[in-house]
Amino acid sequence: MTGLNLDKRKYIIGLVAILIVIVYLLRLLSLQIMSDDYKRNADSNAFLKKIQYPARGLIMDRKGRLLVYNEPAYNIMVIMQEQLGVDTLDFCNTVGITKEQYIERMAEIKDSKKNLGYSRFTPQLFMSQIPAKEFSVFQEKLFKFKGFYVEKRAIRHYATTCAAHVLGDVAEVSQLDVDSDEYYRPGDYIGKLGVEKSYEKDLRGVKGMKIMLRDVHGRIKGHYQDGQFDRVPEPGRNLTLGLDRDLQALGERLMRGKLGSIVAIDPQTGEVLCMVSSPTFDPHLLSGPDRGKNYQKLYANPMKPLLNRAIMGQYPPGSTFKTSQGLTFLQEGIINTHTAYPCYHGFRYGRLHVGCHGHASPAALAYAIQTSCNSYFCWGFYHMMQAKRKYGTVNNAMNRWKDYMVSMGFGYRLGVDLPGEKRGMIPNAEYYDKHYRGSWNGLTVISDAIGQGEVALTPLQIANLCATIANRGYYYIPHVVRSVEGRPTDTTYTRKHYTMVEEKYYNYIVDGMRRAVLGGTCKGANLPGLDVCGKTGTAQNRGRDHSVFIGFAPMNNPRIAISVYVENGGFGAHFAVPIGAVMIEQYLNGHLSPSGEKRAAAFASRTIGYGTRQR
Amino acid sequence: MVQDNANGQKSLLRSIDVITIVIYLLLIAAGWISVVGASYNYGDTDFLDFAARSGKQLTWIVCSFVLGLVIMLTDDRIYDTFANVIYVVMMGILLVTPFIATGTKGSYSWIHLGPVSIQPAEFAKCATALALAKYMGSYGFNLSNPRHFIKAVAIVVLPILLIILQRETGSALVYLAFFLVFYREGMTGSVLFIGVAVIVYFVFGLRFDAEAMPHTLTSVGRFTVLLLIWLFTAVLVFRYSRNRKELKWIVGIGVLLTGGAWLISRYVKPFDISWVQLALCVGVIVYLVVESLRQRFPRLALIAVFTLGSLFAYYSADYMLNNVLQPHQQKRVRVLLGLEQDINGAGYNVRQSEIAIGSGGLYGKGFLNGTQTKLKYVPEQDTDFIFCTVGEEHGFVGCAVVLVLFLCLILRLIYLAERQTFAFGRIFGYSVLSIFLFHVFINIGMVMGLTPVIGIPLPFFSYGGSSLWGFTLLLFIFLRIDAGREKYRR
Repeated sequence: MTGLNLDKRKYIIGLVAILIVIVYLLRLLSLQIMSDDYKRNADSNAFLKKIQYPARGLIMDRKGRLLVYNEPAYNIMVIMQEQLGVDTLDFCNTVGITKEQYIERMAEIKDSKKNLGYSRFTPQLFMSQIPAKEFSVFQEKLFKFKGFYVEKRAIRHYATTCAAHVLGDVAEVSQLDVDSDEYYRPGDYIGKLGVEKSYEKDLRGVKGMKIMLRDVHGRIKGHYQDGQFDRVPEPGRNLTLGLDRDLQALGERLMRGKLGSIVAIDPQTGEVLCMVSSPTFDPHLLSGPDRGKNYQKLYANPMKPLLNRAIMGQYPPGSTFKTSQGLTFLQEGIINTHTAYPCYHGFRYGRLHVGCHGHASPAALAYAIQTSCNSYFCWGFYHMMQAKRKYGTVNNAMNRWKDYMVSMGFGYRLGVDLPGEKRGMIPNAEYYDKHYRGSWNGLTVISDAIGQGEVALTPLQIANLCATIANRGYYYIPHVVRSVEGRPTDTTYTRKHYTMVEEKYYNYIVDGMRRAVLGGTCKGANLPGLDVCGKTGTAQNRGRDHSVFIGFAPMNNPRIAISVYVENGGFGAHFAVPIGAVMIEQYLNGHLSPSGEKRAAAFASRTIGYGTRQR
Repeated sequence: MVQDNANGQKSLLRSIDVITIVIYLLLIAAGWISVVGASYNYGDTDFLDFAARSGKQLTWIVCSFVLGLVIMLTDDRIYDTFANVIYVVMMGILLVTPFIATGTKGSYSWIHLGPVSIQPAEFAKCATALALAKYMGSYGFNLSNPRHFIKAVAIVVLPILLIILQRETGSALVYLAFFLVFYREGMTGSVLFIGVAVIVYFVFGLRFDAEAMPHTLTSVGRFTVLLLIWLFTAVLVFRYSRNRKELKWIVGIGVLLTGGAWLISRYVKPFDISWVQLALCVGVIVYLVVESLRQRFPRLALIAVFTLGSLFAYYSADYMLNNVLQPHQQKRVRVLLGLEQDINGAGYNVRQSEIAIGSGGLYGKGFLNGTQTKLKYVPEQDTDFIFCTVGEEHGFVGCAVVLVLFLCLILRLIYLAERQTFAFGRIFGYSVLSIFLFHVFINIGMVMGLTPVIGIPLPFFSYGGSSLWGFTLLLFIFLRIDAGREKYRR
């Protein structure tokens, strides 16, 4: 009876089995076909994209001599899981640390609060950037230290100790770098100063990528698809600088014990031949494992060695500025080449008196340049400001004057290929309106005419003024990098920038500067056979005067234009002129004559005492 | 006598069920490929090396073929005759196992005999099935007699208790499969039905509580449970109603209301369509009560009670879990039900196995190309979670083939069981297929995140000799009994 009824139950049991299979097939459909999430999850689980670091580009000087290159350094890595039973004492002796340091470091690694992403199974950084020499000792014993591995990284090495400011340095990226450029990952290196920073994109190259398979513990199990999706890294581009290594080294030697800057430019190309900022430092200090410590020390130094004074220092140019004034007055027709102004120990107007030193009076332009006559340029400036018929108001005159200055590369950044350039200061009418509440005239601001007052230039701008005069009216934007391997030179650096002054007027200034060397303020720069033209400057400030010099040579085919700025060096002729002369000789002759060498040695050992109070 | 024997041998060869043998061989082959894939390490080349798991498994497979052959050569009557002896001996072994076993992963179920380890619990299933078949197939047995029923249940419960003593709860739960046999043999279906219904409400309702249905404000869990309550009610009406005219109304209005609600939510304004479903269920209850009174047919009222009870069970469980229990208690319940991601425990395993299966796509990544299983993201990947390897390397197609093969096996076994001359053979057959069904249901459901994580192997796939031999033993004893049935028909 019940048998008949129960017979149907086989269908129900069969149906249950069929239903289960159908439900499971639907679930499979939703897992495997409807959703991509699982696939993505699986990939991020299993693929470890291992970055292959490209070699950073090398840096050479203008003659192809190596300045910066890469040296292998080794990071010692440890996998905690495997690191058991290591002879700690032997290990510590080999890598040169104490047992306490070892224990402390191990504790740091295990502390997942400090060491984010810690895993017992993956390599952790134990010591970073062991130099190759020390590493070779460690490597011999590596087999004894189970669980310790090495990771090869490159650190920057320097063939010379000079040009730290220009070359710059490389350090680990900051969080900001990582956020602003997706190229970087934490732990990558990036240029922080100098050309390392400004040419970062050329130097860094293109990272490669290896796709590895990683197991659940993070252990590497091999290449994905035999490496067919891997990418080989492209090395960074090499840089050739305009810098002359010998000239740079000499400049730094000459500036030893003094604050200031030497900038030399090749006027025919705009390439920076040397850029000395004193005090300087050994670039090795900012490379390798002690970078942070050394950086702090340099940063705290009251003499500010990290400051690149050549582009960041803003100084009154003093009398070197008179060249630009003469040019402006000539072009504007305020004076002609025969105009002469009286000078009896200075410029006198009412109660105003700008002092001058003894020389014949009245003076014409070339003679005024030769003798650096304050009175002459004050009169010229005064007449320009008072030329109501020409300009209408003093404001217009002032702004006209400012336009001339800007056309010569003052008041704005020149655009050198280094980070941190300052713009200097060229006042305009609005500035004085604000400053003097509208009540000012040519006399109020007369000191602008002799490179004092509100005028401030960087040593690079002063050198560029000199290059402009050497070129008789144009300049190229100064740049430290001559060429980048594998890419054309940037056209910004090959375009001539003309000033507002015609070429013919420049010849009078050149004449004056030549006469200054032959028989004027910078006789000390008279190098036989090199036809040097020069102009001194003695810039007043709160302390002792700054000693300034600009010069170029040879007169008719200039190959070097230089500015020397020695803080608190006194008269231009005291420090700046002889230093500039030695530099010119070195560059044009390729070496120093015995007398030049003697002079160089003498100046290298002369120091100026700076009280920290003045800083 | 001799002739009889020769006749017997001849007919034996003819009467072995070839279809089952073929399915068995296919499953064994697919299983071995999966073990190779799951236990493969990068760089391995020799799958046949006994040191590797793939090589060992091949040895177990050959052994099980020998085992199957030996069983086919035995006399079919010995199983009937010695069923009780086998059962008693097996229970004895189970009893001593925890005392002589060395604990692995908190379980005391493995006996080490030299180089091999054996898990007696895998063989106890077979012994229990034999004993149960013998007892229930004996003359005069009547399941509706409570004493008989309790005795039958006791045969099943004894090994459950002994296996729980070994801390192998998963293996013990497998014996619940025998309730399907009781059902086939006359246990009232409502016991099974209500039990299954309640479990389904809980699992679906809680598992998919947080997932929203597309285009509605309803959770998938609530929608599914209310749909099931309505569906179960309809099935019961279909089963027990006299003229089934109620069915038309229940199904017609149900489809209309639910479908309409979904369309409005989809195209007019999204709303929580579970309220419509709830109203539908309440309407059905009222309708059934009214009809029951009108027709003087109390069964309809009982169905209404079932529907009401279902609603009550679901809503009260939902309310209890969300409002009465403390958060940590809620978590414990969810983890116990396999519903919560317990990152360090079962939840992690299931998440990883879902990723592995899901990453396989339609055709899979190809043999030995699975990354998740090769790189050990999936735990227990060559034993309990072996289906992941099938999913990752052979994709939806591979999984579907395996599922359909298992379905064919079970349906074929139902057919074979039903054609048995004696109750002994039928009951044993149902025991075998119920055990297979339970293993497949729980194991594959577990790796896909549908059933709770209960550590039981997938027949013929999971690595390990004991489980493979256990399943082979079950299948071939039944095939041997089936092959012998001809003798009695003549």
